[in-house]
Amino acid sequence: MKASSKFAACLSLALLLLAAAAAAVAAPKQAPLPRDSVYQLPATLTDQAGETRDWRSKRGTPQLVAMFYTSCQFICPLIIDSGKAVEHALPADQRARLGILLISMDPARDDPTALMSVARKRKLDAAHWSLASPEPDQVRAVAGVLGVRYRQLADGEFNHTSVLVLLDAEGRIVARSEQIGSQVDPEFVAEVRRVLAD
Amino acid sequence: MRLAVALPCLLAVAATAALAAGGAAWVRLPGGDFRSALKYEDARKVRIAPFELQQRPVTNAEFLAFVQAHPQWRRDNVASVLAEPRYLSHWASPDVLGDKALPQQPVVQVSWFAASAYCEAQGARLPTWSEWEYAAAADETRRDARSDPAWRERILAWYSTPSNKALPRAGLQTPNAWGVQDLHGLVWEWTDDFSSLLVSGDNRMQGDADKFKFCGAGALSMDDRENYAVLMRVAMLSSLDAVDTTANLGFRCARDVK
Repeated sequence: MKASSKFAACLSLALLLLAAAAAAVAAPKQAPLPRDSVYQLPATLTDQAGETRDWRSKRGTPQLVAMFYTSCQFICPLIIDSGKAVEHALPADQRARLGILLISMDPARDDPTALMSVARKRKLDAAHWSLASPEPDQVRAVAGVLGVRYRQLADGEFNHTSVLVLLDAEGRIVARSEQIGSQVDPEFVAEVRRVLAD
Repeated sequence: MRLAVALPCLLAVAATAALAAGGAAWVRLPGGDFRSALKYEDARKVRIAPFELQQRPVTNAEFLAFVQAHPQWRRDNVASVLAEPRYLSHWASPDVLGDKALPQQPVVQVSWFAASAYCEAQGARLPTWSEWEYAAAADETRRDARSDPAWRERILAWYSTPSNKALPRAGLQTPNAWGVQDLHGLVWEWTDDFSSLLVSGDNRMQGDADKFKFCGAGALSMDDRENYAVLMRVAMLSSLDAVDTTANLGFRCARDVK
């Protein structure tokens, strides 16, 4: 009798532990990612603060995404201008809910120091702006889901297409714009507002 | 008696499975400085490191084995950002090839993401465009046959045949001077850096909407204007997105030489 009650207690404890473990595993788990989410592609980003995270950590916040590289003289400053222009077109409460993610196509050179230097120079608020490099062997695939084409030249510069991509909180592509610079396509801004209003 | 029948059958199945898992043989290519038919603004020649290339394109049987081992690449599971709806649509079902996809035919209707994942699972990668172009410059006897008008005509003859016929099996052609088969005349093939081929369709359009489409010096042009076959391949690859699949686009894998 004693032995069996001991056994029962042991069993219930074991079950309790199992349940706790299951809860611990289940707790941070969200609904499965939609199949049309770009976060279906595994990618790891290291940002200007030196933090390395799965890019799925961006899930939950709509993101304005573009690809760039820090040593680029011509178009990449304009890509940052685009991000700023979108921010300025938003009311303050919406601005606070948009992440701006600039992904480097040049992880070999764009370490956290290089990324931070651009973030400082352009006075980018770290609360909303993330400048980050994927793992070198992930760049082509990340560019693939975002629809960016690029080629590295012998001198280390890149030829590349430029596009602003709006992701909703689940990582689904909602809108794209190839209009780069401080004049952002008004239809694109309208989409950003709509996503942030949801 | 039954056992005697079953054993060879089992062996045959095992052999097929081994063949599917092992994939095509690897051919070693020495590389070197290669003159592309493309005109790059930054370099006259491209340097190609020694590499290995699969002797023939990946087949349906091989890709089926991959899909079975990695069910996230089944057509009913795959993420829509990684493969469009036509992905493997010619297979009878998500894990059955059927009449329209014979085991030894090259696999087609595969996205760049799927092709890359397959090669990665073999400890390999897709070849770069330069590696592919270099391997495909050879005919049966010469490592670089590109200046021969007769050979060019032969390649072009394939491009001009209608593509609605069933695909031949992979590995039937005579190997080229490197020992590689089927680079021409069977299927188009993905390259790892297909999206580095920045061919501007916009040259036809004037206007500033696409002024910033290419940062830097911009679109590629041809160094060898007579080489229509390369031009067509580049035009085709540059028109694709990484999720796209087509009925005559397959792939083979490459790997670095250790």
